Amino acid sequence: MPVHSKLETFEDNWRTSMGGWSPEGKVVLRGRDVFQELKSNSWMEYLLFAATGKESPKIARLMEGMWVICTSFPDPRIWNNRVSALAGTARSTGALAAAASVAVTEATIYGLKPIKGATDFLYRADKRLNNGEALEQIVQSELKQFRSVYGYGRPLVSGDERVEPMMEFARSIDCGEGRFIKLAFAVAEYLSKSRLKYQINIAAVCAGLLADEGLTPMDFYHMATLAFTAGAMPCFIDALNQQEGCFFPLRTSRLNYTGGDQVKHWRV
Amino acid sequence: MNDKPIEKITTKIWRETPEIDNPFAAADCYCCGYDVYGDLLKNASYIDYLYLLFRQVPPTPEQSALLEGLAIALTNPGPRDHSVRAAMSAGVGGSTHASALIAALTVGAGNLGGAREVFHALAYWQQCQNRLADWQQLITDPPQLEREDVWPPMEHAPGFDPNGVSCPTPVRKTLEHLVAVGKTTSLTWLHQHRLELEGFAGCPLAFSGVAAAALYDLAFLPEEAEMMFLLLRLPGAAIHSLEQEKLGWRKYPFFADGFKLNP
Repeated sequence: MPVHSKLETFEDNWRTSMGGWSPEGKVVLRGRDVFQELKSNSWMEYLLFAATGKESPKIARLMEGMWVICTSFPDPRIWNNRVSALAGTARSTGALAAAASVAVTEATIYGLKPIKGATDFLYRADKRLNNGEALEQIVQSELKQFRSVYGYGRPLVSGDERVEPMMEFARSIDCGEGRFIKLAFAVAEYLSKSRLKYQINIAAVCAGLLADEGLTPMDFYHMATLAFTAGAMPCFIDALNQQEGCFFPLRTSRLNYTGGDQVKHWRV
Repeated sequence: MNDKPIEKITTKIWRETPEIDNPFAAADCYCCGYDVYGDLLKNASYIDYLYLLFRQVPPTPEQSALLEGLAIALTNPGPRDHSVRAAMSAGVGGSTHASALIAALTVGAGNLGGAREVFHALAYWQQCQNRLADWQQLITDPPQLEREDVWPPMEHAPGFDPNGVSCPTPVRKTLEHLVAVGKTTSLTWLHQHRLELEGFAGCPLAFSGVAAAALYDLAFLPEEAEMMFLLLRLPGAAIHSLEQEKLGWRKYPFFADGFKLNP
């Protein structure tokens, strides 16, 4: 019988070099025996290897610093954390809370879109600089095309208190002097003098530091996906430990209805 | 005394009046001006209320029939569908029921047969409408990502199945039914020009393409269509997950012999 669908060759046939488990008790990740070769790795080193194929205690340590300093504020007002707090007050489970908070972290004004976007911007800007364009021209064209530059500007407040501690940590492990982090601050310098007065936020700092270590936008995105859970989990626990339903309750008058007062009647 | 204004949720969809004894409980709820528990509960169908929520006006009988038809067509993609398989994978492991739906939403959100495909396909309708030459141009020369997004780029023409051979019977039957009950412009045009569009795409029309056309005819925006598609496909995921939970992992494929680790 002739093959009709290109899916037929894939039936019961998933080929991979990424890794897997065998019933004989062997686990392989990217060609490495987990029990023999990776058992002494830190979890962050293991995650780095799993997500990017890179084996670098230095990058893992840098990433771990980012997770602590930049992505784990235990404040339940921050929107991704608020989801976990609401899960706690509504007596849902911790895993559901964490899953929802991680998913919500793929946001535009914070979280994963700026993280990936800032790395992408720095790579594109670096390429254009190498082609002879001026920094001003690159930033202006980014603003004209997208009306924003990922990694610059911030909701609620203009400055970012994480920049200094992060750079201090980076320098303590011999990071922070590469061309991408310098580019990130050069863009900040230009934008601070522009009409928009955008300041650098932590996404551009982390993007610059990691681009200098050879991480791509996708590498950083994959590594950062779980980074926010240490901020979300305490928010869940706190709300779970307090009286049920008491996390920022809203009375009916807290709805600002803008749809007009006319009461309509459904056709029967 | 604190003079700061009280923070409020701004909405043009929902209004409430409080119970006399409890300001934190609603006595009356109005959705787009309609009394939900005094009027809609008795007089509206579920599908009409769903339409009202998304469009903020009641549907005509044709619009109602169109959305109803689409909802029935999408409500159970069947246990071979990626999103339903995700839900069943939660079920067989004894995971929480919410996780089964989260799994279905996650997998059913994507560019291949999922809600993001509907988002893109509806944007194509906005751009091309009933102009065949525009469809040909957009399908053969699709827009490129200008900066990185969290979504992977589309790998095929949105609304079409890159792994399909010919347009499957359920898709054709759904399209025919929706044309008959909705009598709308885009669906009718899609029905007339399906073969030409499939020729441009190099693959057959999919449910995502029919859904996009239907929701475009109902004046949905791409993001509204994306949400509606996510919602409408959940019932099948829920019930298949519960079924597999009862049956257990031993009766569910593990692909024991299908997994091949390259040396």
